[in-house]
Amino acid sequence: MSEPVFSHDRDVETGVAPLAPREFLRWTWRQLTSMRTALILLFLLALGAVPGSVIPQDAVDALKSAQWREAHPSLTPIWEKLGLFHVYSSVWFTAIYILLMVSLVGCILPRTRVYFKAMRARPPRTPRNLTRLPEYRTFTTDQEPDVVLARARAALSGYRIDDHEGSLAAERGYLREAGNLVFHISVLIVLVGFATGSLFGYKGGVIVVTGGQFANVASQYDEFAPGSLFNIKNLAPFSFKITDFDVKFITQGREAGMAQDFSAGVDYRTGVDGALRHTRIAVNHPLSIQGAKVYLIGHGYAPNVTVRDADGTVAYSGPVVFTPEDATFRSTGVIKVPDARPTQLGFRGEFYPTYAFTMATGPFSAFPDDKNPALSMLVYAGNLGMDSGVPQSVYALDMKGLKPVRKDNKAMRVDLTLGQTVTLPNGLGSVTFDGVSRFVKLQVSHNPSGWVALLGMIMALVGLLGSLFIKPRRVWVAVRREGGRTLVDVAGLDRSSGGTLPEQIDALAAHLEENKA
Amino acid sequence: MTHSQFELLSNQAIAVCGTFYFLALLAHLAEWALGRTVPLDAVGATASSQAVAGGTDTLVAVEESTERMERWGRIGVILTVVAAGMQFVAVASRGLAADPIRVPWGNMYEFTMTGTLVVTLVYLGLYRKYKLSWLSPVVTGFVLITLMADVLLLYTPVVPLRDALQSPWLIIHVVAAITATGAFTIGGMASILYLVKERWLERQAAGKETSARAGYLARLPGLVELDRLAYRTHAFAFPVWTFAALIAGPIWAQSAWGRYWGWDPKEVWAFITWVVYAAYLHARATAGWKGRAAAIIALIGLATLWFNFIGINFFFGSGSMHSYA
Ligand code: HEM
Repeated sequence: MSEPVFSHDRDVETGVAPLAPREFLRWTWRQLTSMRTALILLFLLALGAVPGSVIPQDAVDALKSAQWREAHPSLTPIWEKLGLFHVYSSVWFTAIYILLMVSLVGCILPRTRVYFKAMRARPPRTPRNLTRLPEYRTFTTDQEPDVVLARARAALSGYRIDDHEGSLAAERGYLREAGNLVFHISVLIVLVGFATGSLFGYKGGVIVVTGGQFANVASQYDEFAPGSLFNIKNLAPFSFKITDFDVKFITQGREAGMAQDFSAGVDYRTGVDGALRHTRIAVNHPLSIQGAKVYLIGHGYAPNVTVRDADGTVAYSGPVVFTPEDATFRSTGVIKVPDARPTQLGFRGEFYPTYAFTMATGPFSAFPDDKNPALSMLVYAGNLGMDSGVPQSVYALDMKGLKPVRKDNKAMRVDLTLGQTVTLPNGLGSVTFDGVSRFVKLQVSHNPSGWVALLGMIMALVGLLGSLFIKPRRVWVAVRREGGRTLVDVAGLDRSSGGTLPEQIDALAAHLEENKA
Repeated sequence: MTHSQFELLSNQAIAVCGTFYFLALLAHLAEWALGRTVPLDAVGATASSQAVAGGTDTLVAVEESTERMERWGRIGVILTVVAAGMQFVAVASRGLAADPIRVPWGNMYEFTMTGTLVVTLVYLGLYRKYKLSWLSPVVTGFVLITLMADVLLLYTPVVPLRDALQSPWLIIHVVAAITATGAFTIGGMASILYLVKERWLERQAAGKETSARAGYLARLPGLVELDRLAYRTHAFAFPVWTFAALIAGPIWAQSAWGRYWGWDPKEVWAFITWVVYAAYLHARATAGWKGRAAAIIALIGLATLWFNFIGINFFFGSGSMHSYA
C-alpha cells in the first residue's frame, strides 16, 4: 500500500496529554484534527444516526411518535431526556457533527496552505539511486542519450517535466489533492446550505376539501413552521382553489390498494389580483408559485353531513375531514355542531370508504376507493367548550362538557350508509349522510437556499472523483553512456493507492527500448 | 407479445437463468476441486517443470489436470455469461410486462433481480483485467442463492408503478443505487477473502495449517492484490453511491414530497452506509487501520447497505415512505 499525498505523521505522535495549559490546548487540537479522530467521529456519526431510524421521530411522523409514547409510558421520559424523539437535532448528535466539522476545518486549513505550495512545486530532482524506488527497469540501447530523453518527454504527456543533467524528472496528478480539498470544503457548504435553508425558509401544511379555497397567510395553515429568520410578512400573496381530485388505485397484486395516480385540479392566482390560471398538481409535479412550491402529499375523505336540531332547522351541513388511519383509508374524525339547539352536539367515529364486516374483525374497509361508503359514530350532547377561548383541534372533541347520548341504555352509535338519515333520541334532532367529498393534503414550502446544499453536493462529487481517480505519480528517466551504448534507467513512484504503476513503467521502458531511429 | 406473455417469459427466463448459475457454480467447484491436484505455479503461462519432482509421468499428469482445471473454469464463465443473458431477458421483460410499459424497478423482487445482474456484470467486466477466476465460485454462489431467495420470498406479480415512482429521477437514482450496490458487493467479497486469506496465512505461519495441498485459499491472490481490488471497486462505487443517495435521491424526494431530506429510515441508512464507506477510505489512509481494519469497515458498510435494501422493508414496513423500494 502506498502512502497518501501528505503523510499523516501527526497521527503517530499521540502520546500522553501534557499538563501545561498552552501545551494541553495544542495537544487537544492536534488530537482533534488527527485522521484517527476523524475516523472515530465518522463512526460515531453513523452509530448516532441509527436510533433515529428505530424510534419514531417527531419531525418525521408526529402521530406515530405520539402513539409510541402512549404505548411506552415508562421509557418515554428517559427517551425524552436523551432527545431520542428528535435525534437529528439533539444535543449529542449535533455535538458529534460539530466536532467533525471542527476537525474538518482544522484539517483543511493547514492542508490548503501546504497544497498551494505543492501545486506550484517542480518535480523532485532525480534521486541518485533509482534502483531503490518501488518500480525500476533498466536496459541498454544504441540510441543517443538525448534521443531517449526526448522520446521519454514525448511519451510522458500530461506530466510536469524538469530536465536535469542526464536525466528527467516528471510528475503528474497535482490536482488530486485539490479534489480532496474541494470535497471536504463542499461537505461544509452542504451543511451551511441545509442550515440556512431552514433559517430563511418556511414549510406549511394545509388540508383543503375539493371546492375549497386557500390564501397564503399564516392563519390559513394547519401547521406552519417558519425558519427562525423568516419574516411572516414576507409570505408571497397567492391563493388557489382545489377544483377536483382524481385518484386511481391499483386493484391487484401485492401493491393492491395503493394509489397509482392521483392529482388535483388547481385554480390559482399569483399576487392579490393576478389572472386566474388552471393547472393540475400531482406527486412529482408540484405547482411553483412566487418562489414557493405547492406539493400534493396526501389525500383522504370528507363525508358530507347534515345535522338538524330539535326543531328541524339545519345546524350544520357540509364536508368534514376524516383523517385516514391506514392503507384502506379507514378514517377517523369528529363533527362539531355548536349551533344545535337545545344542546350542542358532537359526533366521533369512523368512516369506511368500502364498508365491510365480519364477526371476527368487526367493521373494516375492504378497499381504499369509495365503493360502499359508511359512517359509524358515537353521539355526544352538552357543551363543546368552543367558546372557552382556548383553540381546539378540529380532530378531537373536548369531552369535559359532553355526555354520551344513550339509547336502550347503551351509548348510542349512528351507522349511516350513503343517503341515510338517523333520528337521534330525546328529540335531539337528526343526522344525514349526504355524500362524500375528497380532501387533499398540501405542503407549501419555500427553501431559498436549497440550491446551496445541492450545489455543494455536486461540487463534493466532482472533488471526490478528482480525489479518487487522479493518480499522483512520479517518473524519472536517467541515461548515461556505458561501453559505447546507452544505459537507461526508468523508475516510478505511485503516491496513491490502487495505481497501475508497474504496468505503466513497463510500457514506458518498452517504448523507449524499441529502437525506431 | 402481450403484457402477460412477457410476464410469463420473465418467470421462465429467471428459472432458466437460475439453472445456468447452478451449472456455472458446479463447473467452478469442479475447477477448484481439480486444483487440489495441481501445484500452485502450474497454472497458465507459468507452468514449468521445475516445481515438479518425480519425473515426466508426474509432469504429464500435472499438465493434464491443469488443462482440465482451466477448461472447467472456462466452461463456468461461459455458463455465467449465458445466465447473465437470461437474467437480462428476465429483467427487461418485467418492464415490458407492465401496462403501461415501465422501468423494471417497481418492487423488491425486481430490485434484487437487477442488483444481482449488476454483480455478475461487474464480475464479468473485470474478469480478464484482474484475473478473477478465484472469485467465480463466490459470485456464482452468491447470485444463485440471492436469486433463489428473491423468487421464493419476494415474488410479486407485475403491477403498474406507484405514483411516487413515476419520475425520470427514479431511473437515474435507481440505476445509480443498483450499480453502486453491485460494485460494493464485489468489493465486499474481496474484503471477505482478504480477511480469510490473512487468517490462513497467519495460521500457516504459526504452523497450524500444515496441509500442503494447493487448495482454494492458496490460489487466492496475495493480500496486496486483494486489497487493491477491494479498494478499486469501493473507489468506483463510493462516488456512484454519493450521487445516488445524496444527490439524485434528494432531488427526487424534493419533487415528490417537497423536501430534499427527511431522515426517513431509508434515508438514514443510506446516510449511514455513506459515512461508513467514507470511514473505509479514511481508514486506508491512516496508520494502524490499513488492511485488516479497513476490510472489516468495508464489510460493516456492506452490511448496512444490504440491511437498508432488505431489512428496512421488513422491520419498518409502513414506517418508511420508501417501503416499496
Ligand atoms: C464530514 C466528514 C468527512 C467526510 C464525509 C470525509 C470524506 C472523505 C472521503 C470520501 C475521502 C476519500 C477521498 C480519497 O480517498 O482521496 C476522504 C479523504 C481524506 N480525508 Fe476526509 N472526510 C471527512 C472528514 C475529514 C476530516 C475531519 C479529516 C481530517 C482529519 C479528513 C481528512 C482526510 C484526508 C487527509 C483524506 C485523504 C486520504 C488519502 O489521501 O487517501 N477528512 N475524506
